[in-house]
Amino acid sequence: MFNKLYIFYRDGFKNMTVGKTLWLIVLIKLFIMFAILKVFFFPDYLNTNFDSDESKANHVRQELINKSN
Amino acid sequence: MELLDVSLLGWSRAQFAMTAMYHWLFVPLTLGLGIVMSVMETLYVKTGKEEWKKATKFWMTLFGVNFAIGVATGIILEFEFGTNWSNYSWFVGDIFGAPLAIEGIMAFFMEATFISIMFFGWNKVSQKFHLASTWLTVLGATLSALWILVANAWMQYPIGMEFNPDMTRNEMIDFWSILLSPVAINKFLHTVFSGWVLGALFVIGVSAWFLLKKRDTDFALRSMKVGAIFGVIATALIILTGDGSAYHVSQKQPMKLAVMEGLYEGKTNADLLAFGVLNPDKKVYNDSIDPFLMKMPVPVPGMLSFLGYRDFDAFVPGIKDIIEGGYETPKGTALPFTEKKARGKAAIRALADYQKAMAAKDTISAATYKAVLKENYAYFGYGYLENPEELIPNVPMVFYSFHFMVGLGMYFLALFVVVLFFVYRKNIEKQKWLLWISLLTIPLGYVAGELGWVVAEVGRQPWAIQDVLPVQAAISNISSESVKLTFFLFLILFTALLVAEVRIMLKQIKKGPETH
Ligand code: HEM
Repeated sequence: MFNKLYIFYRDGFKNMTVGKTLWLIVLIKLFIMFAILKVFFFPDYLNTNFDSDESKANHVRQELINKSN
Repeated sequence: MELLDVSLLGWSRAQFAMTAMYHWLFVPLTLGLGIVMSVMETLYVKTGKEEWKKATKFWMTLFGVNFAIGVATGIILEFEFGTNWSNYSWFVGDIFGAPLAIEGIMAFFMEATFISIMFFGWNKVSQKFHLASTWLTVLGATLSALWILVANAWMQYPIGMEFNPDMTRNEMIDFWSILLSPVAINKFLHTVFSGWVLGALFVIGVSAWFLLKKRDTDFALRSMKVGAIFGVIATALIILTGDGSAYHVSQKQPMKLAVMEGLYEGKTNADLLAFGVLNPDKKVYNDSIDPFLMKMPVPVPGMLSFLGYRDFDAFVPGIKDIIEGGYETPKGTALPFTEKKARGKAAIRALADYQKAMAAKDTISAATYKAVLKENYAYFGYGYLENPEELIPNVPMVFYSFHFMVGLGMYFLALFVVVLFFVYRKNIEKQKWLLWISLLTIPLGYVAGELGWVVAEVGRQPWAIQDVLPVQAAISNISSESVKLTFFLFLILFTALLVAEVRIMLKQIKKGPETH
């Protein structure tokens, strides 16, 4: 069963033509997105600055109060 | 008012708009081309004709190119939620939480399984199993658009959630009312059908190119026929659901409707505009300047009243009415902006007092403040607005986008009907003008979808969540410089992807169906 699956995918990938370029693009894209952009440019603001759900909730509550006056 | 960094808000919005619009360049073709290739493969299985298999494989390859390049571009929007819009992300809580993740994982596994059978499984699995995999790939792709559109619909019409002041977030109390919200269902269908329309335009446009080149004529005529029939159905569906969208907008976001139609002063028996040129001198909502330099209503009187309220005599409130209140609605007399703002301020004050009371462990006062907050919560967001003008979205942008989208919808219908007519007359390959028009219309399919998003999203400003949270309260306290930097990083990344998409697509199209 597993052997069959393995052969199925192996042959599939081997016989690809345009698919090879596409896989390369997908991999480069995912690398840029997750290993560069997410890590260096898109830290989760609340997770980086606060430890607990409670302190996140307090921060957002304070923001919502301050922004109105 | 806390000094608001205008450029931070501007850049955060610009970044979201740019990435969402780029993302939307990839999604609709996946949805539309997916149906076309599945229909063609069904025809192959039913008739056993190799020509259908050849056509299926050609469109499937283009589907693959578009899918590979577009996949995961939507995740970038989620990065932005966490970084740029953290108040918003926290505040909406559950709606972007578990359901989005579960759906993501489900759709991923569904697509990962079936897409590989679809591409690798020819001659290896049974015909019927292969066909089922093709349909399931498209179903998976379509379903992965579901929850994000449900979340979007919730922002336009927030129901089924309750605000918990201890956690400062909205908690889901009724999953089904969120999922089955009429706005969500309509939005999902209108959006999916817009993908179908684009898919059909793409198929007739590319087929027209083959006919103009006098290449692969049999394949092109077959594809043209499927594309045109599918196009007529898809355009009829988009017009039908577009009517539903306009109805829900009227009911739930009357300001958006007023802006879509450039309606400043409300009226009964209101006409729908077929065409209009706005007067750039109209700067203030309550001056006496005519908002139009010229306008032409559709010939059915009271059509806007009918569209919005299913009654030709219904009153449609204009921008001025919505700000000044005083007209009757099913929920009672509409409140003026000043009253909504007062209630919003009362809600925010109650939140602040609740916080203090809880810190002082004064549970009795806390319960009172919580009740005040709950009573006024429906107007929470108005507490952040100073002037009534802040309630008005950009009129020209929304007005023209809406009218171009609708106009394009009518044009697409006419085009598909004419193409189908000549397909049945069996002389479409001789209609050079029509082939050129079909080819040149492909970009307009993209334009129509993007304009739709402008109507939906610019038209709901200033709200991130209708009436509850305006965009200025939704953003994170970060530097506008960093948002500016990432704006350009994304611009480069997406442009590179787009260039790759166009180049690979063109190369595959030029190769033609023989090599697939
Ligand atoms: C022909 C008649 C059409 C009507 C009456 C119509 C109506 C509408 C309305 C009222 C909205 C705003 C919905 C909201 O704010 O919630 C909308 C959005 C949208 N429209 Fe259309 N539309 C039409 C045709 C089209 C066409 C031809 C396309 C593309 C091929 C299209 C694509 C979209 C998209 C992608 C959106 C944004 C998603 C959404 O809010 O549903 N529409 N449309």
